[in-house]
Amino acid sequence: MHELSVTESVLEIACKHAEQAQATRVTDIHLVIGRLSSIVDDSVAFYWDIISKDTLCENAQLHFKRLPAELICLDCDHQYQLEDDLMPCPNCGSPRIRVLSGDEFNLESIEIQR
Amino acid sequence: MTEKRITIVEKILDANDRLANENRRRFDLAEVFSINLMASPGAGKTSFILATINALLDANVQIGVIEGDTAPVTLDSDKILAAGMPAVQINSGGNCHLDAVMIDSALDQLPLETLDLVIVENIGNLICPAAFYLGTHSNVLIASVPEGDDKPYKYPNIYRGLDVLIINKTDLLPYVDFDMDYFRQGVEMLNPGLKTFAVSCKTGEGLEDWLVWLKSKLPAR
Ligand SMILES: Nc1nc2c(ncn2[C@@H]2O[C@H](COP(=O)(O)OP(=O)(O)OP(=O)(O)O)[C@@H](O)[C@H]2O)c(=O)[nH]1
Ligand SMILES: [Mg+2]
Ligand SMILES: [Zn+2]
Repeated sequence: MHELSVTESVLEIACKHAEQAQATRVTDIHLVIGRLSSIVDDSVAFYWDIISKDTLCENAQLHFKRLPAELICLDCDHQYQLEDDLMPCPNCGSPRIRVLSGDEFNLESIEIQR
Repeated sequence: MTEKRITIVEKILDANDRLANENRRRFDLAEVFSINLMASPGAGKTSFILATINALLDANVQIGVIEGDTAPVTLDSDKILAAGMPAVQINSGGNCHLDAVMIDSALDQLPLETLDLVIVENIGNLICPAAFYLGTHSNVLIASVPEGDDKPYKYPNIYRGLDVLIINKTDLLPYVDFDMDYFRQGVEMLNPGLKTFAVSCKTGEGLEDWLVWLKSKLPAR
């Protein structure tokens, strides 16, 4: 898994914005992650504690907001959410579906002290 | 002391994507077509690259190869060099994927101006490479028959971002329980109408259609 590179990017972005805002400390970091982004929260949190040491983000709390994956059927326009497994359209059975959302992978906001 | 919430809304992999766009500019400037070749370990990435190189030798197509490996071994890049084409080995340092930074530095070591095509052999892995845009023109995945027909269902993300799918090792179809219809239905759900070539790198069967597609993408010289 690529959680380490991802965690490094989170740290880089958060520190950049914290410095710009002249923060003395970052207390919270809010991430928004779509259902289709294959990221394991626990391992991000694990790496986070290690790599955030001695930075403005040391001891900052990570918050993960998960968004569902929305699909649409290209044949009947039925919209539905991805459950566990990839499935044909539950309305008409067509395999022609398109993913509308679920790829989100954003750092949404940080909370700082100064 | 004051507390404040700062809204950012930045893509976490934005730095990678920006550098990838830079890589794309370098390919375009040199008029080189570029491919990000992904697959599980042993699916036949290196065999497929070699078969492509050999088939295009007569047409004098110059192909540079970037070989990603997690360990500092040069087995794959040595094969490319032996086939007479320039190759760069990048050791991803145990990482599970290549990223735009690694491609950027590999491009410094390739004679881009003299090439028609660059193929990046990504790390054997069906999950991580899907998340990292490299700046290449085309995402190509090799699925090999012995891996099983359920892979699109288990690794949906990699299939969604593809431009071309290669089904390799079709010579093994008689010996393996691989339901081609089930496999293709999974692919169709993730990537309707995906361009697909069924080949065997061992017998050469099916490679002709792939080469026709590839040639149509190469710069006219
Ligand atoms: N039967 C058969 N074997 C194949 C075919 N293509 C490749 N192989 C064999 O599959 C094995 C792996 O092939 P490689 O080309 O090294 O695969 P790879 O994806 O580059 O492997 P890694 O770089 O280690 O991830 C080798 O023993 C090849 O000879 C094919 O079409 N049919
Ligand atoms: Mg290889
Ligand atoms: Zn439908």
